Amino acid sequence: MILTRIAIGIGLLFIVSVVIFGATELLPGDLATQLLGQSATPETVAALREQLGLNDPAAMRYWNWLTGALSGDFGVSLANNRPISELISARLGNTLFLALYAAALAVPISLILGVLAALWRNTVFDRVANAGALSAISFPEFFVAYILILWLAQTGLFPSMVRINPTTTFVDRIYMSFLPALTLTLVVTAHMMRMTRAAIINLMASPYIEMARLKGMSPLRIVLRHALPNALAPIINVIALNLAYLITGVVVVEVVFVYPGLGQLMVDSVSNRDIAVVQAVALIFAAAYVALNLLADVLSTITNPRLMHRR
Amino acid sequence: MSFFLWVVLGLAVLFAVAAGLRAVARTTLTGSARTLANDMPLTAAFGILVILIYAFVAIATPVLAPFPEREIVGTQFEAWSAEHPLGTDRIGRDMLSRLIYGARNTVGIAFATTALAFIVGSVLGIWAALTGGWVDQILSRFVDALMAIPALIFSLLLLTIFGTSITALILVIASVDATRVYRLARAVAQGIVVMDYVEAAQLRGERSWYLIRREILPNAMAPLVAEFGLRFCFVFLAISSLSFLGLGIKPPTADWGSMVRDNATLITFGDVTPLLPAGCIALLTVAVNFVVDWQLYRASGLKE
Repeated sequence: MILTRIAIGIGLLFIVSVVIFGATELLPGDLATQLLGQSATPETVAALREQLGLNDPAAMRYWNWLTGALSGDFGVSLANNRPISELISARLGNTLFLALYAAALAVPISLILGVLAALWRNTVFDRVANAGALSAISFPEFFVAYILILWLAQTGLFPSMVRINPTTTFVDRIYMSFLPALTLTLVVTAHMMRMTRAAIINLMASPYIEMARLKGMSPLRIVLRHALPNALAPIINVIALNLAYLITGVVVVEVVFVYPGLGQLMVDSVSNRDIAVVQAVALIFAAAYVALNLLADVLSTITNPRLMHRR
Repeated sequence: MSFFLWVVLGLAVLFAVAAGLRAVARTTLTGSARTLANDMPLTAAFGILVILIYAFVAIATPVLAPFPEREIVGTQFEAWSAEHPLGTDRIGRDMLSRLIYGARNTVGIAFATTALAFIVGSVLGIWAALTGGWVDQILSRFVDALMAIPALIFSLLLLTIFGTSITALILVIASVDATRVYRLARAVAQGIVVMDYVEAAQLRGERSWYLIRREILPNAMAPLVAEFGLRFCFVFLAISSLSFLGLGIKPPTADWGSMVRDNATLITFGDVTPLLPAGCIALLTVAVNFVVDWQLYRASGLKE
């Protein structure tokens, strides 16, 4: 059951890598002519093609690229000829740190808010939380980020730029990346809260909840003991989806706060049209996205015994 | 801080006007339009009012804007004054005029992109559902593969390949979003193609294009319209984000996303001006979301 799902996930990852690699094949002409521009002489184009290995058939280049990527060698950047793995390795850690930080803030907050909103359904709290969440979903990330800068960085409470170097201590790091993490948290929390609320309210209509209510249980106990365990599968799904969303949200937020992460690297490489770096970073992001979705499926299967023992 | 009070006051006025207009609509309209006005929540009335204001500004841009979009009319970063109500930007262009032109450029481009994504996505989706078999299989599996890559990341990858121009931007975002529309259109159409009247039309010997246009599309309209609103929000936010990242619509064309980035330095000095274009984006998305929320609620039949 779970094994087949994992196998499907790996297959999907393979297809994704084909798409990311295949996208370069859409180029009018090829990479070499595109890089050198209109005025290039045929000799320089031929030389570059040789250097980039463009004379091999596509399938072979794909195989080399994929096996390289799997062993951590993504080739060299087209812009400055530095090995891509060197560019990525330090930044990958930073981005992961930011995403985990935001997740650590967002998951408990949104679960608590969602449960409370479901508990106090149709009260002022519920309405305000809902309208607030709907608005927060509609805000562009950079809007949230700049409002936070205006409020919290202006008063000198938190820095608006993140400078991480090898000597930065862990506490400093948490302090410096608080604003980017908070931005991501706000953006993601809204969605997670709404889905948690919806999942619990859906269950509240089922007969066993009514039974519990008729037995005279307290509303909190009903939600925590009876509704929440059954709502776990949808909630886990929502959390994973939003963590996957964090991956893309990170791009904009990193640029706002000048955070030295993968998103920033990707944006810079897109402006330079450094396709090799973009491919590598896109592969990492897409792999994380697929992996998170896979994890969500597996976890929600494990939390639901009926799915585990399907006949 | 007083600026935020003004924002709250402005929103309150908008809500009040929306409530007033709704009250007027309830007394003057008749028939089905009246029932519509009667069960319209205040948030939806607010949303419709905001959308109408944006549409008006986008159409009447040249009349409303005091200065041309690209002309340098002052020194850089002038403060708010009578001549330049919102000051000037990084190279001395009038902020207010650029904000007004932004309504036309940003919203116009987002709308065109959504429309394109919609036409391509829904026609392909319905066609796949109608034809079935290997056409459906190939298209659907292809779309599945594309959807496994996060939208923003895939757009960035495509923009690297095709370069960053407005045409490339529209085509890239439209094709990424068309995959999402395809999914929905196919799912909706699958419920319709099994209906007797579609079969009857098929037996009459009608062609696919006629079936899509006259039999399936009218019956799939309700969910597709709601999806159009949502999709517009996503496209609008995606274009703004890309412009903000410097990869979308570029200066001197006035665009809200790139205006935020251009003038972002002001924020560190406590000036709220760069937030205004971002606020314009947020307000429109919130408004569209409110209307879509109401439409979905109506379509789900929860009101009984």
